[in-house]
Amino acid sequence: MSESRATGTITTAAPPPPAAAPLPHVVAIVGPPNSGKSTLFNRLTGMRQKVANFPGVTVEQRMGRAKVAGREVYVIDLPGVYSLTPRSEDERVTHDVLHGEMEGVPKPEAILLILDSTNLARHLVLAAPILSLGIPTLVILNMADDLRARGGQVDVPSLAQHLGAPAALISATKGEGLDTVHKFLAGRVAVPAPVELPVIQDVPKCRQWAGRVGDRARYHPPAPPLWTRKLDALLLHPVKGPLIFAVVVVAVFQSIFSWARPLMDGLQGLIVASGGWLERLLPESPLRSLLTEGIWGGVGSVVVFLPQILLLFLFIGILEDSGYLARAALIADRTMARVGLQGKSFIPLLSAYACAVPAILATRTIESKRDRIATILIAPFMTCSARLPVYTLIIAAFLPERPLLGPLLGTRAAALLGLYLLGFLAAFLTASLLKSSILRSERAPFVLEMPPYRWPTLQSLGLRLLDRSKIFLRRAGTVILLVAIVLWGLAHLPLSGGKTPPIEDSLAGTIGRTVEPAIQPLGFNWKIGIGLITSLAAREVIVGTLGTIYGIEGDTQSVGLQAAVRKDLTIAGAVALLVFFAFAMQCMSTIAVVRRETGGWKWPAVQFAYMGGLAYAGAFIAYNLVRFLTS
Amino acid sequence: MQLSFKKARSRRPHPPATLVELHEGEHGVVDRLDLPEDITGRLMELGFLPGSRVTAARSAPGGDPRVFRVDGSEVALRRETAAHVRLRSHH
Repeated sequence: MSESRATGTITTAAPPPPAAAPLPHVVAIVGPPNSGKSTLFNRLTGMRQKVANFPGVTVEQRMGRAKVAGREVYVIDLPGVYSLTPRSEDERVTHDVLHGEMEGVPKPEAILLILDSTNLARHLVLAAPILSLGIPTLVILNMADDLRARGGQVDVPSLAQHLGAPAALISATKGEGLDTVHKFLAGRVAVPAPVELPVIQDVPKCRQWAGRVGDRARYHPPAPPLWTRKLDALLLHPVKGPLIFAVVVVAVFQSIFSWARPLMDGLQGLIVASGGWLERLLPESPLRSLLTEGIWGGVGSVVVFLPQILLLFLFIGILEDSGYLARAALIADRTMARVGLQGKSFIPLLSAYACAVPAILATRTIESKRDRIATILIAPFMTCSARLPVYTLIIAAFLPERPLLGPLLGTRAAALLGLYLLGFLAAFLTASLLKSSILRSERAPFVLEMPPYRWPTLQSLGLRLLDRSKIFLRRAGTVILLVAIVLWGLAHLPLSGGKTPPIEDSLAGTIGRTVEPAIQPLGFNWKIGIGLITSLAAREVIVGTLGTIYGIEGDTQSVGLQAAVRKDLTIAGAVALLVFFAFAMQCMSTIAVVRRETGGWKWPAVQFAYMGGLAYAGAFIAYNLVRFLTS
Repeated sequence: MQLSFKKARSRRPHPPATLVELHEGEHGVVDRLDLPEDITGRLMELGFLPGSRVTAARSAPGGDPRVFRVDGSEVALRRETAAHVRLRSHH
């Protein structure tokens, strides 16, 4: 630590302290949950960020680069903590990184401690252990706009003096006061003399100290968040609350179908047009066939679904960023308790509607190990966004759109909603099965802070969508592209007399017809069989695979994917396929992440077999039931 | 029957002994936490310290868990946990 911590109050124009410590290259953002760490991180790093995992543990690590006075600074966004007592995995990571004990992560040379200024007295408790580390720290009081609006105030220079560290009042969402943060990182903020800190193990002592510091800095807490209370009175109302939730969910599903449609049609038109252009441009050759049938047909049919997936992520992002998720966990706790889990398990399950992989990572907030494994095992039943292309394709091909509840809900959205419920039900029953047998345990306590409602920021939502587009397109450009090329090859071999065989006799056709007897009881033919095999990599690959197969087949080449699917499936087979996809664990990434999280192959193997068995049985029952009903 | 029950709720013979006995809008002062060390530590960090004032707020539909206002924030606890946070008899 520098010896130059002798200058007085913080004056923003102060020259750099003499003999200052070298300018920081690695900066960590630390703060309690809901203090605005990620918003600040996004503000500082913008698009120059990436999400990875801390080595050896499951806690997500966000690293980014910030430009400060022409210099690059690495910013680490640490998980939210209330103290540095390593009680949960999150806290252990924060503790280890700050002590320089995390392998592969450089020890931070400076800390941005971000606290909620609307609840300063309690949040200041965290300042004691952080300042005790002796790393240069800027104490950031966030939510300045909220503090002002609700009539609170604080004397920032005085607070800095009583903390012995520079301080800044900012609003990360509005981008207000960030100049002080930049000045701090550039070493141009004066540092007050250090003060004596309380014994950090003693929570009541630390809280008393925080209260004293707040009083001396003339901290005036703001009026209670009336908007939050009004919203809670509505959203936690025993009758209106669940009703509002149901209406929102229904509207989301309807909009996934109706709002995304024009964008998807536009994208589809673009892909078809560019494919046609390519076909006219190139001479008749295997390369042309590979490009137009294999790649445009395969990758193109999946890329079309990007708008729908982004729309879903937008809705989930709004739910997460607004603070509603904590209320959902509260409402769900009693129901979750019935199957032996707790409300906190509900948060990862909700985010599994987007993707099971981050959901499984999010289970780290569950303290009980058995509850955590149970949540991991049921998360892939929640309908993830990769199922969406399969569901929409089949539903749109077989179910005519008719209004059910006026403009609010049509038949197609209702069918989609039904599939989501089916996944939820499977998750629920599985949880209850697990928690009453192999994962039985004592009831774990449920303690959850309810953050005030906040407007989600455009930047945070935008970054989420950008991130998701990148992941989706990367997958389309790697896994799906590879499958399309290999499949195209298999569908054109073996050559007989220099000519490609009819697809039924090709290698791909042979593979399909080999598995056909096993899937015939479900109402699937060999083409669907090939799709089921390729979709083991990722669910949406089946759409690309069917796109490639139909692209190669002469007679279906001209008709759209929907019409082609209608030729290959009966209505009973279509329902069976939907049920199969609702239950089966067709996702390499999920298998890999479950293996890593549970520390071995045992749980992913159990999960794969269980979900596969359920999918087969469910599809078999659905196929025969629908056949019986429609005969 | 229903009416007399409601009356009994509003005219309580003794002051609330634990958090779980607080009705919505009522408050009490924490005396001590009779819970395992791990959860006691977590609750203290969230503001449930001896001497702090806790107000019962809304609950989830069905009455459990309930949200408590403590030290400037709102924290949800199940009844089984709230029943072990003892309140001072005089405040």
